[in-house]
Amino acid sequence: MDLKGINSKVEPQFQELHQRSLYQSLEDKHTTIEEIDSEDPLNAKMILNMGPQHPATHGVLRLVLQLKGETIEKTKLDIGYLHRGVEKIAENKTYQEFMPYTDRMDYLSPYSNNVALCTAVEKIAQVEVPERAHYIRMIGCELARISSHLLWLGTMVMDAGAISFFIWTFREREKIYDIMDQIAGHRFTVSHSRIGGVANDLTEDATALIKEFVDTFPNELSDWHKLLDRNRIFIDRNENAGVLPTEKALEWGATGPVLRASGYAVDQRIISPYLRYDQVDFEVPTRMEGDNLARYFVRMEELGESIKIIRQCLDKIPKGPIRSNNAKHTYPSKDEVYYSMEGMIHDFMMTDTGICPPAGTECYHAVESPKGELGYFIQSDGTGHPWRLKINAPSFKNLQVLENILDGEMVADTVVIIGGMDPVMGEADK
Amino acid sequence: MSLELNETLQSVVDGLSDKFSDKLIEVYQTSGDTFIRIEADAVVDICLYLKSEHHFIYLSDIIGTDRFTSDERFEVIYNLMNLRTQTRLFVKIRVPEEEPVVNSVTSVWLSAGWNEREVFDMFGIRFEGHPDHRRVFMPEDFDYFPMRKEFPLLGIPGSLELPNTTPDSE
Repeated sequence: MDLKGINSKVEPQFQELHQRSLYQSLEDKHTTIEEIDSEDPLNAKMILNMGPQHPATHGVLRLVLQLKGETIEKTKLDIGYLHRGVEKIAENKTYQEFMPYTDRMDYLSPYSNNVALCTAVEKIAQVEVPERAHYIRMIGCELARISSHLLWLGTMVMDAGAISFFIWTFREREKIYDIMDQIAGHRFTVSHSRIGGVANDLTEDATALIKEFVDTFPNELSDWHKLLDRNRIFIDRNENAGVLPTEKALEWGATGPVLRASGYAVDQRIISPYLRYDQVDFEVPTRMEGDNLARYFVRMEELGESIKIIRQCLDKIPKGPIRSNNAKHTYPSKDEVYYSMEGMIHDFMMTDTGICPPAGTECYHAVESPKGELGYFIQSDGTGHPWRLKINAPSFKNLQVLENILDGEMVADTVVIIGGMDPVMGEADK
Repeated sequence: MSLELNETLQSVVDGLSDKFSDKLIEVYQTSGDTFIRIEADAVVDICLYLKSEHHFIYLSDIIGTDRFTSDERFEVIYNLMNLRTQTRLFVKIRVPEEEPVVNSVTSVWLSAGWNEREVFDMFGIRFEGHPDHRRVFMPEDFDYFPMRKEFPLLGIPGSLELPNTTPDSE
């Protein structure tokens, strides 16, 4: 098949202009280094559309692959199937009203997203947060990281062929859901953080559940290490698959575990400590190889580090209030709302107008979400709604890397490499 | 307003006012972040200078904003990161409403590709010299730029019949 002019061979059924320009863009990629393929007698070349409904693409990611035999010659990604315009929605909501939408951005670790928004708003509006709230948030964030990495681990190993493993990691995720249920009252989309603190204190049941989880989880983790670390099939499948060379990692804009697996110890918890990450002791795991196996080791070690952080938080967590006491900054507690007139008025004002950062200020604050640097950029015009709220989504950046590292890989490895990148389309598509 | 610059940022400001004195418009800080506003036509030169001389090797994000009703309506903000001293710097340019075109910085940081496509998709700012200038989220057939302030929150203009928002109209 002559691939010159893919467009003449296809008949898109819907959104024709979009499909045609995507194929054109695939055709144009690397045209400078493309070999002359005037003769292809075995007809080994083909265009493969993968997704957006493919179960292994972890959502609605669409890949258009140009194959030669079993090798991927070049790739283009088509994203946007889950675009909901959350940034536009944010401009029409108060900051607190917008928080439930952040749950649905990276829906595998809602707690990190809540904290990312709250810390950014607290930075621009200069809200003080009580010490205890910082520690509760840290515990929540690290639980979210474990939960997100567990889903990555289960699906990635399943992509590599081991189905039963998925059930084991989901058994542990179920425990985290139960903990979140106790902490926040929701299992999945928690919305527990509040601007100026958190919604409610840890209950005794929640603390007990967290302690139990912290005690039992390392055993599971070491079992998984035993199963996978030296597993011949697993290593053969992942070693040298989807290599992101160290020198290319920054250029292509990788972030999070993907960047750390390529040798850069970039972690927002270290380089610009937020919450109380400067008070706890933990390592940032890195690897030099940059392949899928390196990403596996980095994330597995992060699971252990998260447990370490939660342990320290449980030891250090002080007694005290969980939300700032300034009625101009944060919601009053329900006791005040129900039993005092001022509390009622303040609650109404917070819901109606919300927190108003000074006009003309801008700020950017990033947290280390399980996927990488998750940053919120806010421009305020002095009202209760952000003038502009931009989300710097790590999955978006990592998908751009994926588009580059897939070239030259085997088509059978695509699924494993997507699994190793761990994109979440809710976040990448905004 | 006095600036509190650390060593890296101070050397950036000194270097820029030395080499690009006519292109540097203002340096200001808000909420602890440092912003540098420059002339739009010098963006590639200055970005290359920042990358090669001041080690801002990581492009974290590109942000588009709409300063609706102001002159020079659009703003493009480059979020740069110096990983050696772990400093963040925001470089800002302003673009007019008529024919918003900016030179692409993909020659400086390859990772700018998707970020610039996103800004184009949402605001309609074109990036001259971009290797793959397509929309990233919306389909190519879409005629509007949804993050512009005049784009409505509900519905595409003229496409769907929207429910009445005023109770009196029949």
